[in-house]
Amino acid sequence: MITAGIDVGAKFVKVVILKDGKVLERAKALVGFDVLKSASDLFESTIKKTGLSRNDIKRIAATGMGRETVHGKPPVNAEEVISEVMADAKGAFHLIPNVKTVIDVGAEEGRGIKVGPNGTVRDFVINERCAAGAGTFVEAMARALEIKVEDMGSLALKSTQIIPMNAQCCVFAESEVVTLIHSKVSKEDISRAIHDAIASRIGSMVLRVGVEKDVVLIGGVALNPGFLPPLKRELNSDIIVPEYPEYVSALGAAVIASEHKE
Amino acid sequence: MKMSETKPQEYWRWPEYRHTVPGKDWHNAKIITAGVDVGSVGSKAVVALDGELYSYSVMRTGGVSEATAVKVMNWALEETGLKLDNLQYVVGTGYGRVNVPFAKRTITEIACHARGAHYIYGPTVRTVLDIGGQDCKAIRCDEKGKVLSFLMNDKCAAGTGRGLEVFADLIGVPIQDLGKVSLSVQEEPPPVSNTCVIFAKAESLALLRQGWPKEKVAAAYHAAMADRIVDLLTRVGVEKDLVTTGGVAKNAGIIERVERLLGIKPLKPNIDPILAGALGAALFAKALYEKEVGLR
Repeated sequence: MITAGIDVGAKFVKVVILKDGKVLERAKALVGFDVLKSASDLFESTIKKTGLSRNDIKRIAATGMGRETVHGKPPVNAEEVISEVMADAKGAFHLIPNVKTVIDVGAEEGRGIKVGPNGTVRDFVINERCAAGAGTFVEAMARALEIKVEDMGSLALKSTQIIPMNAQCCVFAESEVVTLIHSKVSKEDISRAIHDAIASRIGSMVLRVGVEKDVVLIGGVALNPGFLPPLKRELNSDIIVPEYPEYVSALGAAVIASEHKE
Repeated sequence: MKMSETKPQEYWRWPEYRHTVPGKDWHNAKIITAGVDVGSVGSKAVVALDGELYSYSVMRTGGVSEATAVKVMNWALEETGLKLDNLQYVVGTGYGRVNVPFAKRTITEIACHARGAHYIYGPTVRTVLDIGGQDCKAIRCDEKGKVLSFLMNDKCAAGTGRGLEVFADLIGVPIQDLGKVSLSVQEEPPPVSNTCVIFAKAESLALLRQGWPKEKVAAAYHAAMADRIVDLLTRVGVEKDLVTTGGVAKNAGIIERVERLLGIKPLKPNIDPILAGALGAALFAKALYEKEVGLR
């Protein structure tokens, strides 16, 4: 059976095509001004790569903050919509059956999920109100440091000194970073301070639902190597980052679509 | 083309200024004191003659607080013929109050704003709403301007002047015109996110791209800020009279919306409300001087 999951996020849209539990194809694209067009274009180019057509896909589930955009609307015509939290839990469970805690850090949201049997959701916490607990924070700080956001993590790993960041707010932290630059603190140390700060915020949020192994980190921020060490320290736990962590939500949606009973 | 013409306009940059109250002569004063309020965004200095406002200056806080404190004080003294040595007592306040090298004492900005508001608006003041560059405070005080209780948000830029600066840049309207522009809409649109400036900015950008006019987007942004501010006020409890201080007190778009939401009309100031902190500090300086020389 072939199903698909489409995750319409704040920054990227992701598509996963699943056949009998195996990923046939995955792709992502930036969300443009026209969300429906970004999602539709990506979906069409992705099925084209598999040589399939929409009719070959039995069921499509949409998730992410823009999930309603593609719900019942061609060409995606998603049959169902699923909350991010459910998609996260199911996707992580599909990859790592021992998962008990999922941490998903996306562009504008951070989530901590306690996973039950068969990838169900037992409890969760979300930060969707403050950019300081999401990927946007790192992006804003990269701008202030005038370096590429992709380089932030590796830079942080080269830090030799712990510098505390006082500001919690993204806007205030930008000014603090500028002050640190002026006081000749190295970009490596500033970058580490930025990652420590976001890890501390995400960590304290996740601790509210409890941390039980296996802990799995997903979402776009999981691609940032500078984020993992401080988060491990914060949670005092090993953390598994699966391959393609940013696709786990879309994968979860595809898995849920495949479990649908008529 | 001249260099100045090629420079991009900085919409967030508010004008700096100084002023001397006309018709006063410091030579006739018994006690000359000053208050310096080094804020996170703006710094203010006030000179008081026998507890009355005499001269003041307002400028942007630079990278080094000490240097800004000296600069803003000297600017307030400029044209008056006064020297730093003529000041009998100086009190520092604000976020950078420990960085005022010539201040004899520091007093928290909470106490100074309540005291300054009492001077500006009179003894009926019971609630002071101070909206500064990087924080927002709701202060309850008694008929003498003494602080009874307060609540503040200094963790988040939403509901502060810094958030307005970010927004001024985004929509390309000078910050001092923002409030007026936001009030020019016929119908109030739904507010954007009131918990995060970054998200509010992203939402505003999306609205602009959808073709919303600047005025309408400004209204949505101001409405969100007002919501947030009213939430803080409600938590501390509002008792009349309500007054506003700090730089954002000059933004009619915020103040009028706060008024609408609360159903309480804040008193109108006849002295620049951005001075409240520095003014309060200068008045405390007078009391401290009197105590020191045994006048009290």
